[in-house]
Amino acid sequence: MPDYSWPAPEKRRVIGRRTNRVDGFVKASGRAKYAYDIKRPGMLYAAVVVCPYAHARIRSIDTSAAEKMKGVAAVHVFDGSAPGTEVLWAGWEIAAVAAETEELARDAARAVKVEYEVLPHFVNEADLSKAKAAGRVKPAGEKVTGDPDQAFKEADVVSEGVYGCPVICHLTWEAHGQVIEWKGDQIEYWPTTQAVSSIGNDLAKALGVPPANVHVMQDHMGVGYGSKFSPDRWGIACAKLSKQTGRPVKLFLPRDVEQMIAGNRPSHYARIRLAAKKDGTIIGWESESWSTGGMTGGGAPPIPYVFTNIPNQRLNHTAVQVNAAPQRAWRAPNHPQASYLTCCAMDDLAHKLGMDPLELFKKNADYTARPDVYRWQLDKAAELIGWKKLWHPRGDKTPGHIKRGLGIGVGTWGGAGHLSNCRCNIYPDGTVEVELGSQDLGTGTRTVIAMVAAETLGLPVGAIRVKIGDNRYPFSGTSGGSTTVGGVSSSTRKATMNALEKLFERVAPKLGVKPEELEAVNGQIQVKGDPKKAMAWKAACKLLGTEKISEMGQNDPKNPMGLNTGGVGGVQMADVSVDTETGIIRINRLVVVQDCGLVINPKTAESQCYGAAHLSICAALYEERIMDDITGRMLNPDIEFYKVAGNPDIGEIIVHLDIRPEHDKRGVIGLGEPPVIPGIAAIANAVTNAIGVRVPYVPMTPDKVLAALERRSA
Amino acid sequence: MSTIKKPPEPKTEPGAGVSRRGFIRDVSLGTGALGVALTPGAARAVAPALMGPGPVPVTLTINGKPHKLELEPRVTLLDALRNYLDYTGAKRVCDRGTCGACTVLMDGKPVYACSILAIDAQGKNIQTIESLALSPQPDPLIRAFVNNDGMQCGFCTPGFVMAAKAFLAENPNPTMEQIKRAFGGNLCRCGSYNGIRRAILEAAKAAQGGKNA
Repeated sequence: MPDYSWPAPEKRRVIGRRTNRVDGFVKASGRAKYAYDIKRPGMLYAAVVVCPYAHARIRSIDTSAAEKMKGVAAVHVFDGSAPGTEVLWAGWEIAAVAAETEELARDAARAVKVEYEVLPHFVNEADLSKAKAAGRVKPAGEKVTGDPDQAFKEADVVSEGVYGCPVICHLTWEAHGQVIEWKGDQIEYWPTTQAVSSIGNDLAKALGVPPANVHVMQDHMGVGYGSKFSPDRWGIACAKLSKQTGRPVKLFLPRDVEQMIAGNRPSHYARIRLAAKKDGTIIGWESESWSTGGMTGGGAPPIPYVFTNIPNQRLNHTAVQVNAAPQRAWRAPNHPQASYLTCCAMDDLAHKLGMDPLELFKKNADYTARPDVYRWQLDKAAELIGWKKLWHPRGDKTPGHIKRGLGIGVGTWGGAGHLSNCRCNIYPDGTVEVELGSQDLGTGTRTVIAMVAAETLGLPVGAIRVKIGDNRYPFSGTSGGSTTVGGVSSSTRKATMNALEKLFERVAPKLGVKPEELEAVNGQIQVKGDPKKAMAWKAACKLLGTEKISEMGQNDPKNPMGLNTGGVGGVQMADVSVDTETGIIRINRLVVVQDCGLVINPKTAESQCYGAAHLSICAALYEERIMDDITGRMLNPDIEFYKVAGNPDIGEIIVHLDIRPEHDKRGVIGLGEPPVIPGIAAIANAVTNAIGVRVPYVPMTPDKVLAALERRSA
Repeated sequence: MSTIKKPPEPKTEPGAGVSRRGFIRDVSLGTGALGVALTPGAARAVAPALMGPGPVPVTLTINGKPHKLELEPRVTLLDALRNYLDYTGAKRVCDRGTCGACTVLMDGKPVYACSILAIDAQGKNIQTIESLALSPQPDPLIRAFVNNDGMQCGFCTPGFVMAAKAFLAENPNPTMEQIKRAFGGNLCRCGSYNGIRRAILEAAKAAQGGKNA
């Protein structure tokens, strides 16, 4: 068996080099085809009819008028929406119409007559007492470790605060949807998905057809953030419309429906008490938390977060049911919220102790799984942001209405590689293909695969044909939980090494050596360390005659063989300015310090961090699903009132990837989730540091900032 | 100008709410009628007239090439490009003039294609992202976006590139500070703003031939 391990840092020719995204040109030139861009001959356009009420019973559905309309090919009532069905949230799919044009489909959708019996709803969980009064709470029970009562009695200082983050949406730029062409017993399926290898099986199961008959294709996708694993009800409806009409059908959710039902991140609220010694050592934690993820309620946040070994804890959690569509995994599920709750409580404790929060975080680092990593990262981030020079006790005393402050957040994540299979084909003309049933969400997966193959085969990145996005390629796991890069890099490494070994067997006799004495470097197969005893790559491949080499490689998560691993820490620090007259917060800088194992492509890895920091800024300052108590509907299912950060809002993001040798030698670790975790806490603490008072809830919109300032002066 | 088929009819559904599409349709019908009335030689006595609601002949000049289509007057320029032709570089994201993913140039000015009716884009020179990579020497902006990783999922990228194209035509020598402020009309969900800013600066320098480097 070849030695699959990664080459030593000094021997790497491709891995670790800043490499342009291999699909950058097709994306920047508008040539990249996403599912939303697929157009098939004779394709029909579908529009959906959804329930406008947050809670209702369907009395009747009359599709007859719609069916008779010009250009309408078929009307389909969704499975699970028959009359008598109790609808539990607004946006529930009732029917879909397929027509010759999108305009006609929308007209016909409006002509579908649905009668409802409207039932009482409950949609806002921020006020727990109201949820209790409405009978919408499910206490999760108390969890006690150690002796919290004694700890709070013994404490020199006890701090207390209430903190919360609301539900936010995935808001994937490419909406949820698909094109489906059901011909005979074959289904051609163009979804926008994080699960190329498995989504076809899910669709087949729902339709009762053999999984082998579903062909999934996806070259590019406009992000998922955890909301695009399943075919969903609209995928099944689209397939049925295609079967019914015998024509390809395109069904994408309009933006408002998308935001109502196609994914959201649960809220998390908590009242937290901390007990500490005078020197800053935390000795007790008490929290009463509540959250919602729709009708199932919301799970308990993983608090205390990162500082998991704080002794003497009492945790109470309450799940709140609201009439809204169910939560979906959202980039690092529950972690950003838990980081926010924990780090804000610790920052408030530091203030009460009269201590620099940086010292408090370091003081208690032994409660984390990686004390040395966090201490190093805290110091590194402090150095990069200029903590010593710029930090001041709470409340910027500078005259004027612009107040500046700094804050800290921390995070952790797993990120080990998923099950991934790769096939490497080497052709007699020298062509190299690597095939994986994987997907590139915009993270740079395609590029990373090409780089690993190029490194192993001694070829330039451009010589590798990466074939992903098709379920006919070998099975590769879904892209969730930062598992992709570890999985695909390891399987590609193994497949390409296995293929290379076969090629060495052909070349060795020609060079008069044994196969194990060969290496692939700089576009040739050569005797190890002797570039003169060599055969050019093309000449070597010519020896294959009419055959091709086709070898597999697998990443087995149970035995990653040192190629990938999980478990990272990250620290972020924010530098903000707050205008105390308008309540507007500006991000000056956000420092991201992240350990991430061996980094294959620093360029796209940094982009991941930039993007994650941006999402933290969005959640800290702008994003919020606003539900109307009266109508039970989302008030901002669009992009003008559901705010996200634009270019002028971002400030300067400083990324420091902690790739010291002790991290590099751990192998590849996923980087999708880790940097999205600490930012909200860092920004919230920086705002508190600037204005001297905590804005208890995010997003910290100007109204909340001004209200907090008013409470201080009252 | 498209054929005018029949005089306006009163709205038959007084209860119908005002949708954005309905709103821009009405507004642009008004503009269209005004345009006709002001055309020299046109009979001023003719009452404001209605096109549609069925398909009407529409000619769009896209990247210098005329395209003859039959479209309902309510079809937006974006949907005409994407659904009735195959110019899918411009993306539909917000579909209501917020995010800029559908940005194309109309007579050199950046516009949101989702918020312009195809009938109103007639006689204009429409330039889409596809025009930037037609020759073997693609627009320097494309190379700059790749070099600076000014994208992740890439869904907003064509809109940014077209907005940048228009921006650089007016500001050939921008500072980073100007670039930061200029692109508030395009949004990126992945958060690629750092790379986008650097890309635009690099493209400007490349176009200047290094004069201001």
